[in-house]
Amino acid sequence: MKTINFMITGVGGQGTVLASEIMAAVGLAAGYDVKKSDLLGLSVRGGAVIGHVRWGETVFSPIVPEGRVDYLLAFEVLEALRHLGQVTSTGTILVNQQKIYPVTVSSGLAEYPSEEVIDESLYATTKNIYKVPAIDLALQVGNSKVLNIVLIGALSALFDIEASIWESVIRERVPAKFTELNIKAFNAGRDWMIERKNK
Amino acid sequence: MKKLMSGNEALARGAYEAGVKVATGYPGTPSSEILENIVQYPEIYAEWSTNEKTATEAAIGAAYAGRRALTTMKQVGMNVAADAFFFSVYTGMRAGLLIVVADDAGMFSSQNEQDNRHYAPFAKMPMVEPSDSQEAKDFVKIALEMSEEWDVPVLYRTCMRVAHSASPVELGERVWDDEKIPEKWVRNQEKYVSSAMWAKKKRPMIEERLEKLVEVSNNISINRLEWGDRKLGIIASGPVYHYAREIYPEASFLKLGMTYPLPKRLIQELADGVDEVIVIEELDPFIEQQVKAMGIKCRGKEIFPPYDELLTGKIERCMAEVGLLPWEKVAEQRDVTPKNLPNRPPVLCPGCPHRSTFFNLSRMKDVIIVSDIGCYNLGALAPFHATDFMGSMGAGFGVSHGFEIGGIQKTGQKVLGIVGDSTFFHNGVTPLLNMVHNGSNVTLMVLDNHTTAMTGHQDHPGVEHTLEGKGTRVDIEKLVRAMGVEQIRVADAFDVNDVNGAIKEALAQEGLSFIIVKGPCFFVGNNKKPAFKVDLSLCNGCGICFKVGCPPISRSNEIHEKTKLRKSQIDPVLCVGCGICSQVCPQKAIKRIDA
Repeated sequence: MKTINFMITGVGGQGTVLASEIMAAVGLAAGYDVKKSDLLGLSVRGGAVIGHVRWGETVFSPIVPEGRVDYLLAFEVLEALRHLGQVTSTGTILVNQQKIYPVTVSSGLAEYPSEEVIDESLYATTKNIYKVPAIDLALQVGNSKVLNIVLIGALSALFDIEASIWESVIRERVPAKFTELNIKAFNAGRDWMIERKNK
Repeated sequence: MKKLMSGNEALARGAYEAGVKVATGYPGTPSSEILENIVQYPEIYAEWSTNEKTATEAAIGAAYAGRRALTTMKQVGMNVAADAFFFSVYTGMRAGLLIVVADDAGMFSSQNEQDNRHYAPFAKMPMVEPSDSQEAKDFVKIALEMSEEWDVPVLYRTCMRVAHSASPVELGERVWDDEKIPEKWVRNQEKYVSSAMWAKKKRPMIEERLEKLVEVSNNISINRLEWGDRKLGIIASGPVYHYAREIYPEASFLKLGMTYPLPKRLIQELADGVDEVIVIEELDPFIEQQVKAMGIKCRGKEIFPPYDELLTGKIERCMAEVGLLPWEKVAEQRDVTPKNLPNRPPVLCPGCPHRSTFFNLSRMKDVIIVSDIGCYNLGALAPFHATDFMGSMGAGFGVSHGFEIGGIQKTGQKVLGIVGDSTFFHNGVTPLLNMVHNGSNVTLMVLDNHTTAMTGHQDHPGVEHTLEGKGTRVDIEKLVRAMGVEQIRVADAFDVNDVNGAIKEALAQEGLSFIIVKGPCFFVGNNKKPAFKVDLSLCNGCGICFKVGCPPISRSNEIHEKTKLRKSQIDPVLCVGCGICSQVCPQKAIKRIDA
């Protein structure tokens, strides 16, 4: 069995760490050997964050080997582009349609990449691109904070693992009073992806 | 049922299962979560000590008292702790003791890269190195048993990729009588008083012990020969073993869990059984040089660089370069990432109390700003670029004194030393005493945000709580005054003018002057207030608000008629209402939303 490699990228505070925890736990529940690794910046908010999750029969390295990402789950557009070189030509990219300007851009020292550059580089990497309106879907279900679960929901529809496994892993990991909100977020992402695939 | 745990969680679990009673440390990436997990086991006493040396001494004392103990630190913390653990190799203890260090190959959060394996032969103590979470847990018990059997502390060396990676762990039970009180202490000066006359007698024993430990290393279960294809024999330890295993599923391996002393017999067996021995190790040729000293031909650092991490991709390329891996097995390096993407440098958080200090310092000329380690080191980066130096914990004070006795003030420049509150207690107090005593003529600042922020908000002596509960707060101002500093000024971190006035006044004073800038870290003070917004009818796009480097502030698309500059805007979701930007706006265009 080939090891499945996920990379999760975003900006500190977006909930990427919980997302990689959920991905790892789902893999374990689905019967895979699993390893994960989080590369956090400093404790301060707003830096770039990268998570690695691997599912396989026996997983050795906890870090996805260079250039072998099968699924890139990007919480922010610029943080997707930064890691395109890691994705295989048959890989899949899910990118939340949200732009968070780094200070270099907001203060006018650098330009955020244009729509043309974004599209060109995404499609040069792989044809499997899903531009997930995750932040909008999260706001629709009630809170921008569940953006991570929306993205997990969208990703879940690409796998042959029962929705109930994903849901129970999510239930175990979110505070009880936000369980229903998170399940709604999961379904919003999952439904979006199912519809998108059927188009 | 296996549980997914990070290396640091697993290490804490290992401490619980192995009957550890005392755990101490000073926070430092990537080691901090070890104690934060240990404190969740009420059977273990856990504390953040003021620095690594203090923490190590506390753990040594606990082991003298008869309690299994460990102390944790980051890579450079080991330098601070060294003075303490060297002597404990001579004394031994009455219970097992682990010196746990989390190394940082690749320098993700450290001022220098160092290979702490050298401390094992340097201090003459045995060393273990886990490669994943299961081993992180299991090695605690193995190392403690070794420590007790050989009456010597064991260096437990972990690293960032073990500490912050997670893999499944089989849990066990705590096998320990927590009710049992320690045995009564019996004075034994020859063993525990490390004066030269007694310590010297132990020297031959220490060498003999290392010789005997080679045999332990040959037989211990965590060092194993894994025979495969006889062409290549790879020696590896830690996470590098897993990277190499993935690349060479068929090769023969000597997988090392105990890396000092090395298992000479196993190394010889591997060398005799394969065509070529390759040592794959991160950083220095620690294993390689010892293998070569045995007269065994091997290659290591002539293939791999002696710096940075050795992740899978790098190992593949290095091995392919020397013909030990076909190039088609090396992952293609894809040129699809757009060029010149904007960086996302770390910045001070919205509501950070350090912002006013660095805004002011960035506008001062002829002041040498000798800074230190902590969030406030972000004052070195855009948009402030307001520091001249950062080196080691406490050096913000220590080095500023050096600038002065070196005569730099003759150039007309002033010297300003900065440390944070946790850094002040860690190693800033002793250089301050030195400066008071020797009559230093510099300005010093403590940026007191009431926590150890950068490593995740741990306590220190300046706050009211400890890792386990309530603590006694040491007041920085009273302490500094008691040490003989007379010119002290306390400034409000959230008042830009107050901080500015305090710095200017102190720099003008003769003799040692001292400023305490007080304001809690946003994540400790939790003082969220209504957000601010930019009144676009008043903003002229001058951009001074960007000089405070706050993430919610950005350029809007609205352009000012006369200046032709884009006006500012504030993201109301990210803004926490500290108001620093409104204080610096010359147009008074930034106003609180509810006002």
